[in-house]
Amino acid sequence: MINLRIDDVPAQAEPGQTILDAARAAGVRIPTLCHLEALCPVGACRLCLVEIRNWNGKLVPACATPAQEGLDVVANSDRLTSLRRTILELLFAERNHICAFCVSNGHCELQDLATELGMDHVTFPYRFPALALDASHAKFGIDHNRCVLCGRCVRACAEVEGAFTWGFAGRGVHTLVEADLGDRWGRSVTCTGCGKCVQACPTGALFEKGKITAEQEKRPALLAEITERRPRA
Amino acid sequence: MTVATETRVAELVKAYAGRPSELIQALHRVQSELGHVPQEAQAVVAAVVGVPLSQVRGVVTFYHFFRTSPVGRHTLRLCLGTACHVRGAENILKAIREELGVGLGETSADGAFTVEGVRCLGACGLAPVMMVDDDVYGKLDPKRTKRILRQIREGEG
Ligand code: SF4
Ligand code: SF4
Ligand code: FES
Ligand code: FES
Repeated sequence: MINLRIDDVPAQAEPGQTILDAARAAGVRIPTLCHLEALCPVGACRLCLVEIRNWNGKLVPACATPAQEGLDVVANSDRLTSLRRTILELLFAERNHICAFCVSNGHCELQDLATELGMDHVTFPYRFPALALDASHAKFGIDHNRCVLCGRCVRACAEVEGAFTWGFAGRGVHTLVEADLGDRWGRSVTCTGCGKCVQACPTGALFEKGKITAEQEKRPALLAEITERRPRA
Repeated sequence: MTVATETRVAELVKAYAGRPSELIQALHRVQSELGHVPQEAQAVVAAVVGVPLSQVRGVVTFYHFFRTSPVGRHTLRLCLGTACHVRGAENILKAIREELGVGLGETSADGAFTVEGVRCLGACGLAPVMMVDDDVYGKLDPKRTKRILRQIREGEG
């Protein structure tokens, strides 16, 4: 057992567990977005940044940092809240998150985080990129305007379904989640139509067809439910 | 892409069969032979090397080096790095556009030149710099740039 402190609460972790695992077990809330139980941590969104007092206040992503003996972790502070809010503002400014017209309105992790962290306005200029919506798949659609590039769909499809349909194409602000060699999703030769990516997606970027504004509810816990039932090696 | 080309691509990357960590080398091999990596060739590479299609797409679109459409007979790489920017790369680009009728990422109508922008060629002391194929041209000004391009074109003749 590894012993550490998180927000001055004693916490414990097994070897191999992360600071986030330890915090959850100790009942300390740390916001996350790109992290999803059952998928490999990638540390992409940085919303889970925590401060390590005995590492000179260094900031590390809780989801991708192993718990270590004696760590003195700050998980919630004014500094962290302001950093997390800035990250959220950047995400909102980068694409077109018009909640009132989104299938996920009311069931969106991005929206919930904005509420939780008190992000009531965006101080950066909006980029308003002109991005496409691909509705070529028989059952699902992808609206790049709502995508935060968390990669949960990419990992769900690769690690749980084993189809490796999604990938990141391009780089920087021009990155898009694309299927196979960049053809429309409906033409994908690898997609099995299982819908795991849709359930994993935290926003309205991936959605089931036939859902209208505010109707799309997701089941991100599905991935862990599936992997926990698998026989272990 | 014809079956013959597919066979040719498969032959080209045979050495990388079943070696996912050598995906980039395999793509380089294809590009050095075909001049670009068309979508059909990407699919062949994925199958031979043994990686998902989405991963090939990710690599091809991440690295500026890889092209998915045919290139001109000469590749012009204009440096847009900091030193060249300060020394007036913008004016050189203007000269190129005047001479060739195309800008960054485009191929001239006669198929002679593909113009690309790169970030620092490691020859900052010669800024502004461009490369045409394997030759480096430094301390450029608009007039000289046009002259060089004309000479290369005539040299083709
Ligand atoms: S529906 Fe399933 S197979 Fe298709 S892209 Fe989504 S996770 Fe992958
Ligand atoms: S489509 Fe959804 S799950 Fe995939 S990267 Fe974008 S926001 Fe994340
Ligand atoms: S949740 Fe940890 S970096 Fe995204
Ligand atoms: S900036 Fe152009 S060669 Fe370095």
